[in-house]
Amino acid sequence: MDSARTPLIETVNLKKLFKLNGGALLHAVDGINMKVYSGETIGVVGESGCGKSTLGRTILRLIEPTSGQILYNGVDITKLKSGKMRELRKDLQIIFQDPYSSIDPRKSVVEVIAEYMFIHNTFPSKSAIYNRAAELMDLVGLARRYANSYPHELDGGRRQRIGIARALSLNPKFIVCDEPVSALDVSIQAQILNLLMDLADELGLTYMFVTHDLSVVKHISNKIMVMYLGKCVEMAASDELFTNPLHPYTKALLSAIPEPDISKRDEEFVLIKGEISSPINVKPGCRFAARCDYVSEKCTGRDIELKEVAKEHFVACTLCNQEVGK
Amino acid sequence: MKNDLILDIKNLRVIYQTDLETVEAINGIDLKINKGKTLGLVGETGAGKTTTALSIMRLLPEKTGKILSGEIHFDRQELLKLSPLEMRKVRGNRIAMVFQDPMTSLNPVMTVREQIAEAIKLHNANLSNDEVDQRVETALSMVGILPSRKNEYPHQFSGGMKQRVVIAMALVCEPDLLIADEPTTALDVTIQAQVLMMIRELRDRIGTSMLMITHDLGIVAKICDDVAVMYAGQIVESGTVFDLFTGEKRHPYTQGLFDSIPSLNTRSNRLKPIQGLMPDPSNLPKGCCFAPRCQHCMDICINERPKQVIEGTHTLLCHLFADSSAAPAPQEGE
Repeated sequence: MDSARTPLIETVNLKKLFKLNGGALLHAVDGINMKVYSGETIGVVGESGCGKSTLGRTILRLIEPTSGQILYNGVDITKLKSGKMRELRKDLQIIFQDPYSSIDPRKSVVEVIAEYMFIHNTFPSKSAIYNRAAELMDLVGLARRYANSYPHELDGGRRQRIGIARALSLNPKFIVCDEPVSALDVSIQAQILNLLMDLADELGLTYMFVTHDLSVVKHISNKIMVMYLGKCVEMAASDELFTNPLHPYTKALLSAIPEPDISKRDEEFVLIKGEISSPINVKPGCRFAARCDYVSEKCTGRDIELKEVAKEHFVACTLCNQEVGK
Repeated sequence: MKNDLILDIKNLRVIYQTDLETVEAINGIDLKINKGKTLGLVGETGAGKTTTALSIMRLLPEKTGKILSGEIHFDRQELLKLSPLEMRKVRGNRIAMVFQDPMTSLNPVMTVREQIAEAIKLHNANLSNDEVDQRVETALSMVGILPSRKNEYPHQFSGGMKQRVVIAMALVCEPDLLIADEPTTALDVTIQAQVLMMIRELRDRIGTSMLMITHDLGIVAKICDDVAVMYAGQIVESGTVFDLFTGEKRHPYTQGLFDSIPSLNTRSNRLKPIQGLMPDPSNLPKGCCFAPRCQHCMDICINERPKQVIEGTHTLLCHLFADSSAAPAPQEGE
């Protein structure tokens, strides 16, 4: 990526620590540096509890960050007052995971889609808003006859289309997609993925795609960030990450996917022992050390920096330090 | 030949009936599981996979669920003819079930030990408390949980650990048939891999047969010997995993399922999803249930239910393959 361009979204050492009862700190997002350029799709993968959803919401300031900076088009939006931030919300949108709980059950489809347009008051009249809502329904492939239906009458795939239409209603530039297809069946999932990719092409959208499903993330992203316990452990272009994973956690994650391919039937999974450890009051050092087969004394005591080991391929692992000098 | 079967379901039909509507959940399915083998039952939400499992366990909701016809033979017993008391001796003892969501299938106010012991005591009344305790500990260590944690409550375990407890509970009586209903859907991939490998190893060690319900073809490729693909209450395709994954013929629905999965190996820009949605089970199409979504839909598909086409171990429920069938088909073939 050319460094001359300003990234659409950039985070600098972004942290979100939640205070728990008794003063303990939960490190949800722990110093994330990332750059997303206009038109790109960045995939954020990791297991439940790794902080990927919190990261998505913190970038939109739906959760206030503890420290660090969020830059939108080069401008720091971390400290913006709420009125100014509301202006920006037109550009920054989110599609939620659960199409059942993220939509007001007492509003009809067209009311749900029109809601943001009423709030932001960018249209001259009510009828202009409803016209735009009808256009949006066409755009996301919802038949107009559903306009006056209520969400409970629709299936998960159609509900997710409502969520997408709502997010698009204010012509956003950047959309955080927080596991938008996880609650859907595979055949419907494929329909929604195609829709999201078409919309990105047509409208020039930039996505941050948060998911735990690696095959989905590979399909849709240009760049992938792997998170573990609030830290980015590896970041690279999508193809590079899948052909040349370097971090032991990424390797384990990739090998754990059961592939629908009978020739790989007898290939064993690379199992990693144990489970994700607690994000509360974490000690400095590699977060993955407790489960890692290659752990050494270098891995604990201090945090492992993200290093660029190849062009645009960043890894945070002591094993890869040697390769930097090459 | 017959004795090799642990489970033989014939022409099972199940409906859910309410005052408002009748939902045709299962429309005449045949399923066979050989002793020691694993059958994968694949399909999307609402296809009737869980209803099939509940019918075998005789756990359908009493008021609404009705078995209209069919037979379920389990190791020389006809399950549908057993009295409730006889069925209780089979359920949990000879046929055990692992449910999808480990968070809700454990009792939050009982310790793990009590819950596993309950299953043992119910089916082995003559065991002493010490013996029961011993078996609880063996069961826990079998699924990789330290026996010292037996007096803990479910909320003290993580999701993957809870699912291990549920599996320990199901296997503690060494059942002949284990029904696993999406056992890893609620788990993360790395934990899913751990649990799948554990299930595979335990299955081989104890020698149970298994019915693996899943929507993930990747899991089928890894774990199952045979597969049945379910759509709108029918088995549209069945056979060995090799028939399904490498066979020359594929039901258009199965093909659609494969095309919907983003591939890890090839880079493609668009997926080829199946258009449309599963038909409303209270109002199924007259002909082939898949016809409204099928790319190869012909006139006959809309008007006539397809007949099963059998080729060795591979069966297909589709008009496309009717011509080539050796079995007498309604159409004129070669």
